[in-house]
Amino acid sequence: MTEEQEDQIIICRCEDITLREIRDLIRRGYQTMDEIKRASRAGMGQCQGRTCRSLIAQEIAQMTGQPLAEVRIPTFRPPIRPVKLGVLAEAEE
Amino acid sequence: MRQTNVLVIGGGPAGLSAATAAAQCGARVILVDSSSRLGGQLIKQTHKFFGSREQRAGTRGIEIARLLQEEAEAARVEILPETAALGLYSDGVVTLEKNERLIKLKPERLVVATGASEKTLAFANNDLPGIYGAGAVQTLMNVHGVRPGQRAVMVGAGNIGLIVSYQLCQAGVEVAAVVEAAPSIGGYAVHASKIRRLGIPILTSYSIKAAHGGETLEGVTVWQLNEKWQGIPGTEQVLAADILCLAVGLTPLTELLWQAGCQMEYIPELGGHVPWYDENQQTSVPGIYVAGDAAAVEEASSAMVTGKLAGLASAHSLGLCPDFPVLGEKVRQELTQLRAGPTGEKIRKGLGKLRARSRPGAM
Repeated sequence: MTEEQEDQIIICRCEDITLREIRDLIRRGYQTMDEIKRASRAGMGQCQGRTCRSLIAQEIAQMTGQPLAEVRIPTFRPPIRPVKLGVLAEAEE
Repeated sequence: MRQTNVLVIGGGPAGLSAATAAAQCGARVILVDSSSRLGGQLIKQTHKFFGSREQRAGTRGIEIARLLQEEAEAARVEILPETAALGLYSDGVVTLEKNERLIKLKPERLVVATGASEKTLAFANNDLPGIYGAGAVQTLMNVHGVRPGQRAVMVGAGNIGLIVSYQLCQAGVEVAAVVEAAPSIGGYAVHASKIRRLGIPILTSYSIKAAHGGETLEGVTVWQLNEKWQGIPGTEQVLAADILCLAVGLTPLTELLWQAGCQMEYIPELGGHVPWYDENQQTSVPGIYVAGDAAAVEEASSAMVTGKLAGLASAHSLGLCPDFPVLGEKVRQELTQLRAGPTGEKIRKGLGKLRARSRPGAM
């Protein structure tokens, strides 16, 4: 696949991250999902990675030769969906 | 902080069944769901269900949602719609958001019935407007009464792909083709026959290569796959379409279970990462149960039964439901029957793998 074709494929649609950007990161040594997330924001948008997570895992598996089962999943921290800061700030004990 | 005996997260077939079962045993039950209308995916299922009478065969999904909600209300389940679970903490506290207010709840038992999300595919121009998950198209048509476009291509010939293709036709949308990457049709023959009778081609060993369009989708290039699932150059076909539906499988929604520290296993046959759970749907974290698609991507009928089992088991662990040894066995047998036969092969294999993984803490 050419770089131009990789540019046309969106992997993380919330943060607009293309396949080329993900593959470049993997080639540069970012080979866990947490690393890719921190370097690119992939998986940090509105859907919190529900859509792109498995696509990124597949890319890591293919490019590094790891079995898909061994690709480490990113940490899921609360809140699992976007919430206004004010909602948290006003919370009672 | 609010307290309750049992909190059920998710108001689809599994969650509603779990809540009703636990409440009928005498437990105080709260059920939360992020949407305004209960029933999960059932509310857009306009087709009649198969199976046995116990799982309401012959009834339309949308009708089952209403019946399940009535049963939960009759059992005095406290239902909180438009309430989203935000987090699950190691001290057992669950945070929820309702009407822009944060609620903290400490349930004695928790049933996670959060369902599954749709998988997607990577192909050129996959961000064009007009490209949807099949579930989204079904919501547009059957919940909101919106016809999504004029001409559709469906990717995936499992039951969802076949049923939604039929419903697209019912909504007056032309379906150009159903494209399936596997060499054979995954869904039931009865659904596939309905599609074929309408003259819609089902292209097996085909996948999508690229989408085309300017502002919105105008067409789709599909191509044939070889036995290694790679596209074969020269086999491309361009289909005009303003809707592309992806029905390429579901994956369990398990964020809360990861947060709770449940032992997770990757089992492709069950849809991806799922929590380890015992024969009563209890995860590796005592007091946390899982049911429905969050436990294994299956049908709504089995979701109702795994929900019921989780509800009964959670009540029993609170000292309620004295008949559980008998009742639980009966429900487990119901599940075994549902999963019998060739259509249950994948789930049986997946559950076999899950059970073979060592029980947490059992060193």
